[in-house]
Amino acid sequence: MAQNIIAVKNLSKSFDISSKEPGIKGTIKHFFRRQTKSVKVIKNISFEIKEGEIVGFLGANGAGKTTILKMLCGLIYPSKGSILVSGYLPFRRKENFLKNITLIMGQKQQLIWDLPPIESFYLNASIYDLDKFEAKRRIKKLSEMLEIDEELFIPVRKLSLGQRMKSELLAALIHEPNILFLDEPTLGLDINAQRNLRKFLQKYNKETNATICLTSHYMKDITSLCKRVICVHEGAISYDGKLDLLLKKLSPVKEILIVCRSEKDAIKLENSGFNVKNKIKNEITIKIENNSITSSLKNILNNFDIEDLFINEPPIDEIIGRVLIKKDYDI
Amino acid sequence: MISKLINRKIFTLLKVQYSNMLEYRVEIALWAISGIIPFFMLNIWTNNNLNESINFSDVMLSRYFLCAFLVRQFSVVWVVFSFEEDSLMGKVSPYLIQPLNPFFRYFAQHLAEQITRFPFALIIAFFFFILNPESIWIPNLGILFLSIISTFLSFLIQFLIQSIVACLCFWTEKASSIERLLFIPTLFLSGLLAPVVSFPEYVKSWIYLTPFPYLIDFPANLLSGNKTNISGGLSIQILWIILLFPLFKKIWSEGTKKYTAMGS
Repeated sequence: MAQNIIAVKNLSKSFDISSKEPGIKGTIKHFFRRQTKSVKVIKNISFEIKEGEIVGFLGANGAGKTTILKMLCGLIYPSKGSILVSGYLPFRRKENFLKNITLIMGQKQQLIWDLPPIESFYLNASIYDLDKFEAKRRIKKLSEMLEIDEELFIPVRKLSLGQRMKSELLAALIHEPNILFLDEPTLGLDINAQRNLRKFLQKYNKETNATICLTSHYMKDITSLCKRVICVHEGAISYDGKLDLLLKKLSPVKEILIVCRSEKDAIKLENSGFNVKNKIKNEITIKIENNSITSSLKNILNNFDIEDLFINEPPIDEIIGRVLIKKDYDI
Repeated sequence: MISKLINRKIFTLLKVQYSNMLEYRVEIALWAISGIIPFFMLNIWTNNNLNESINFSDVMLSRYFLCAFLVRQFSVVWVVFSFEEDSLMGKVSPYLIQPLNPFFRYFAQHLAEQITRFPFALIIAFFFFILNPESIWIPNLGILFLSIISTFLSFLIQFLIQSIVACLCFWTEKASSIERLLFIPTLFLSGLLAPVVSFPEYVKSWIYLTPFPYLIDFPANLLSGNKTNISGGLSIQILWIILLFPLFKKIWSEGTKKYTAMGS
């Protein structure tokens, strides 16, 4: 049984935010008397993550996902509550803790812009106390996994976004951390680059049993990597559990498009008591509940003359979109 | 063991930053040239015979301003601007979760820049000697060594002062404007525009209580062979470092608690 590697209890975070009214009057007022207010961006959240788990944090922009990741990796100080990551209080940023984690932000880079990535890799290797031979071995291994080679010797500024992201990953993983915090790692990447990155993360998780906490607005990242998701709504957790359970709950019916041999068969099917969504000539779309799908399909195939049949999964983005605007999902 | 590891990290940082600085060699050459303010001051002083009032011969004065130029070249600090930008843009975030204080990066960046700047400073000094052949002198090795140490200590004092100001980014976001306030006394009181000995007595009585005369005036006088209290000057430089370092550590530790990782 895997151990808990992350334990968060009653965690809150507030930021002081200043506001300014528009126009000259607002500017002058702002100059002499700044209005600041404390905004609670994370509200009393608690969760645990087991070693080797891949957990997706879902939420609308500004929901607080990135703030949670930043607190987990020790970048920002919590206002209230406790966090324990791998047995350490993250904000103390103890050397052994830092050697255990990494944070990758899709929109930020740590590679030195004017030098080839290989220089940044060796620099990071020395920061993490790796000797030259070990660093070389890890660079070779990770570059093979990430399928990068010549790019290692080209100045970062001349690399494409995908190549740069791969290099960023390599720089962030050279110390072989066992906890990865990934904040929108596929942001701006093309479809192939996104798929390769996901494949790499799956492989890394499988080979090293690393724990991965991930935020992404691309649902494909979440569905292909995460079995568990934590939905964040206005700083609070609205759902924490299995992704497939959430999808089943939110989408209890499937749509079946049935192409009948003739329009007559379609009319017969329309009048046989199924929940019909629409009918166009010999094509009819019906809605069937997930728990009766096998029996219903058997019935249709046995009793009607069917030419073809398509099961349409509801678009996952649409389902998750519903989660992001709701406060609580009790499943 | 610990110092060995830190040395290895710093050495690698230095190597990488030097490679990076070589990418900017033209800019660095221009920065070196832009630091010739002491030569303008020399011109003003000699043309107006101001040196007589402080008992400096023409040769002594020209050597002083050349040394002020050299000391400035190897002690110039801009960490507040780099840190402010990195902090506001969120670039400092990845460095904060690495087992090395980000200021080591800036420190290595400055040292690498100084190494890159070295040949350009020598070329400028060479041209200075061509124009002022009477100023040519060879300091003895001991003095040269102590001057290098003193210049490095001056760099450390300035680096610590600017790092403390840079940490104010955690509270004010625009710490560089505070640094602007320090720029005026640094310019006037450090000896860059005039040897401190030329200041009125009442100014001199308090100016030596500040770190400013130890930034340019003391190392420049030391290198140029002018009369100066070597052990006293070096001790005060070290004292300032001892005072500033814990202050930097405290403000860093408090500041990082305020860090909001904006822009990332």
